[in-house]
Amino acid sequence: MSQTMKASQGQAQARELVDMSWDPITRIIGNLGIYTKIDFKNQEVVECKSTSSMFRGYSVFMKGKDPRDSHFITSRICGICGDNHATCSVYAQNMAYGVKSPPLAEWIINLGEAAEFMFDHTIFQDNLVFVDFCEQMVKETNPSLLRRAETTPAPHGDIHGFKTVADIMRAFNPFTGQMYREALQMSRLTREMFCLMEGRHVHPSTLYPGGVGTVATPQVFTDYLVRLLKVLDFVKKAVPCNDDLFDFFYEALPGYEEVGRRRIMLGCWGAFNNPLHVDYEYRNMNAWGSEMFVTPGIVLDGKLLTTKLVDINLGIRILLGSSYYDDWVGEETFVTHDPLGNPVDQRHPWNQTTLPRPQKRDLENGNYSWVMSPRWFNPASNEHLALDTGGGPLARLWSTALAGKVDIGTVKATGRSVQINLPRSAAFPEMQLEWKIPQWSNTLERDRARVYFIAYAAAAALYFVEQALGEIRAGNTKVFSDFDVPDDAIGCGFHEAVRGVLSHHMVIRDGKIANYHPYPPTPWNASPRDKYGTPGPYEDAVQGMHIFEENGRDKFKGIDIMRTVRSFDPCLPCGVHMYLGDGTVLKRLHSPTLGTSVGG
Amino acid sequence: MTVLAQQTGDGAKSTDKPIHILWTSEGMSCDGDTVSVTAAQLPSIEDVLLGLVPGLPKVVLHNKVLAAETGDEFMAAFHKAAAGELDPFIFVVEGSIPNEKINGDGYWSSMGNDPTTGEPITLPEWIDRLAPRAWAVLAAGTCATYGGIHAMAGNPTGCMGLADYLGWNFRSAGGLPIVNVPGCPVQPDNFMETLTWLLYQAAGAAPTIPLDEQLRPTWLFGKTVHEGCDRAGYYEQGDFARDYNSPKCQVMIGCWGPVVNCNVTKRGWMDGIGGCPNVGGICIGCTMPGFPDKFMPFMDQPPGATVSVAIAGTYGSLIRRLRSITNKTVNEEPKWHHNRAELTSGYQPRWPR
Repeated sequence: MSQTMKASQGQAQARELVDMSWDPITRIIGNLGIYTKIDFKNQEVVECKSTSSMFRGYSVFMKGKDPRDSHFITSRICGICGDNHATCSVYAQNMAYGVKSPPLAEWIINLGEAAEFMFDHTIFQDNLVFVDFCEQMVKETNPSLLRRAETTPAPHGDIHGFKTVADIMRAFNPFTGQMYREALQMSRLTREMFCLMEGRHVHPSTLYPGGVGTVATPQVFTDYLVRLLKVLDFVKKAVPCNDDLFDFFYEALPGYEEVGRRRIMLGCWGAFNNPLHVDYEYRNMNAWGSEMFVTPGIVLDGKLLTTKLVDINLGIRILLGSSYYDDWVGEETFVTHDPLGNPVDQRHPWNQTTLPRPQKRDLENGNYSWVMSPRWFNPASNEHLALDTGGGPLARLWSTALAGKVDIGTVKATGRSVQINLPRSAAFPEMQLEWKIPQWSNTLERDRARVYFIAYAAAAALYFVEQALGEIRAGNTKVFSDFDVPDDAIGCGFHEAVRGVLSHHMVIRDGKIANYHPYPPTPWNASPRDKYGTPGPYEDAVQGMHIFEENGRDKFKGIDIMRTVRSFDPCLPCGVHMYLGDGTVLKRLHSPTLGTSVGG
Repeated sequence: MTVLAQQTGDGAKSTDKPIHILWTSEGMSCDGDTVSVTAAQLPSIEDVLLGLVPGLPKVVLHNKVLAAETGDEFMAAFHKAAAGELDPFIFVVEGSIPNEKINGDGYWSSMGNDPTTGEPITLPEWIDRLAPRAWAVLAAGTCATYGGIHAMAGNPTGCMGLADYLGWNFRSAGGLPIVNVPGCPVQPDNFMETLTWLLYQAAGAAPTIPLDEQLRPTWLFGKTVHEGCDRAGYYEQGDFARDYNSPKCQVMIGCWGPVVNCNVTKRGWMDGIGGCPNVGGICIGCTMPGFPDKFMPFMDQPPGATVSVAIAGTYGSLIRRLRSITNKTVNEEPKWHHNRAELTSGYQPRWPR
């Protein structure tokens, strides 16, 4: 097996390419198919296309409805992070109605959302992603790696209790492994925390524009805190466990850092509003956006391009190119200028008109997905950047670390890292975890960031509980501010869904919804090729990838591809569907030029 | 995934064929019902799969979100079942059923590809192949049961509930009607309890599952939200919340609890925690066949509530006044609790004073 990774340089030589596809991709939320062309001789994925096979039409059927119904409706977009949508919609409605929630309501929403991050990252990492790294799977795909893991001591064995790396892998065997089962339990405990704040998981009952209906007695916070302390024990074990496993992959499989690697182009729209600053006024959005407890930002080639929500907002472009929709370029322009007087593009979500055009799938030369292609227009370079979210945590930690703004005791951004300070808990003493900016935006770092962000969310929640109890002890128990719905208004909300950037854009006319476009993370990550031919992030991360799997073509599982796609935490009701080919050669192509055209 | 239940203990059923659960969420869904079921604790999904619940047959689950396999390996069980080679199985449908007769060459949603043509297989095609062969057909969540949010007025996909697609008189291979467990999403334990009833029934340990006219399990959906709500006492006293700050009855600010069939206020969301009006969230009728359109706009007082609130307001305020008098009385200790140099409890002591 070759241990270096080089993309094909497209020499004029015939390559034997095999079509391999995985549809549906399992252990994700929603419908995703991954279609590839693989050069088994050179162990390289030469081309990748990502397709979603579902259209429901939220932006279509929300037109003409009461604007106050938006968060109830948009929650139903996603069955694992519906509350992120509900929250983001409440933010957008608050802007449109000109209402500011009482501080206690903001702390309650932050506590609910923190619990959602803890729940969702835990179940996705340990019960879905880690099946790709578990003993059963590694035995099937890389038996020699498993043999090495059996004799490799786990560096943090003294903390998590697993002696060897293979013991860690065994702990993640589905339904029987210790960590797998503990994670399921933990995912329930954290969902109980969520329900204390937002009523129900996953479609909350107690969120409203203007605040919450949660009965804010000391009891809900006590009930939350007691559970949070149990989460701390789990997190203190999970982080070193993950570190040991990922570090082993780098060490045992030289070149694995290239798996799923793409240019560092990360977007984070910020999370956890600070009630001392947020007033939901668009004009002040840059100011209150920068006070969020996860700093918004766009990270390009390792540099922070901007942290300003207004810049982020104005740069959003929704492109077509390979999607089953008609263009809306000649349709109505709803918002010509933002409230600061900046021009708003016709391809911006405020001005989008969704015109579905069901058609046959054409993976070779035509349209192949229900997902559109969101891009961020970089005015400095005139490029439409195919930003990804790094599965959520990678972009959040990276942007927050570089911005160096967050400093709440339990969490501190240093400019190079994020320090997470966890107090003593039943099984472990006080512990500092530090996430350091990695060298690469790749599969393993997306996965590693996820477990660190569980710790981040837990640490932030400790701070939020303190603030919430502070309000209650001071007698500030109001959780809702009343409002009127204006006849005409616009609003936008920025938040982080668990798997990355989330925005909601609404236009109200005559007191009804005239236009509503939510942009969750998965359209960004799972997007197909846009009209400029730029592949979406999954496609880009998989294309040109070296294959480390030891199985040949006949028993090929595509494990490195699966790890890469799952590292983005696909969630396709929000945007896309994977299927494992049986290794049959569907078609052989001898194309001297293919390698060049898709090498990037 | 294919998780083969491990046999434990007495092995009473160890020679029985396992029951497969083929679960599709490829309708118009958000996968929220699958996610919800991972929250169940009464019993949990792993308890059922690992054979820890006494009397249940062996169960093999094929669900996209939890599957170890992917792609063709995952789809194999569905193709086998369609060919009559996987028996018995329970077919779980999550998500509303799109109308695939209205979109030409295109498709609204699909699951896997046809091995011969390479074209996507739509959900209605899967239902046609699997429903008639299934021992039982279970619709999970309001989308699959009655159409739900994606079947809202103005929707482009023409989607509907499973019984609208298969017909309300449909009978499965086991002779059962469709079993509906509505909820948006489904309440985790409501689903697991229905599934375990069906598994007991399949094992011959339970009679036919009792269902109402809307095909819901009667013991779960026979009462209204209001009948189980700890805020219903405020209604009785004509004491209503005017905004969401108040812990009182929410019917004037959008709650439909008095007319909605659902046990969430009794059961909570997870192990008694959370819920809807009991914790400050108006009932938007998410378990109902009329959801969502008949309940929108959600945050306005339901039209029917105007009369009932007025009546309850008159009668209730009198009740409230009377009760407040009694409440004041019972908030005072009996008069003989004192530290004076005398005994006034009514006891006549014989000792010398």
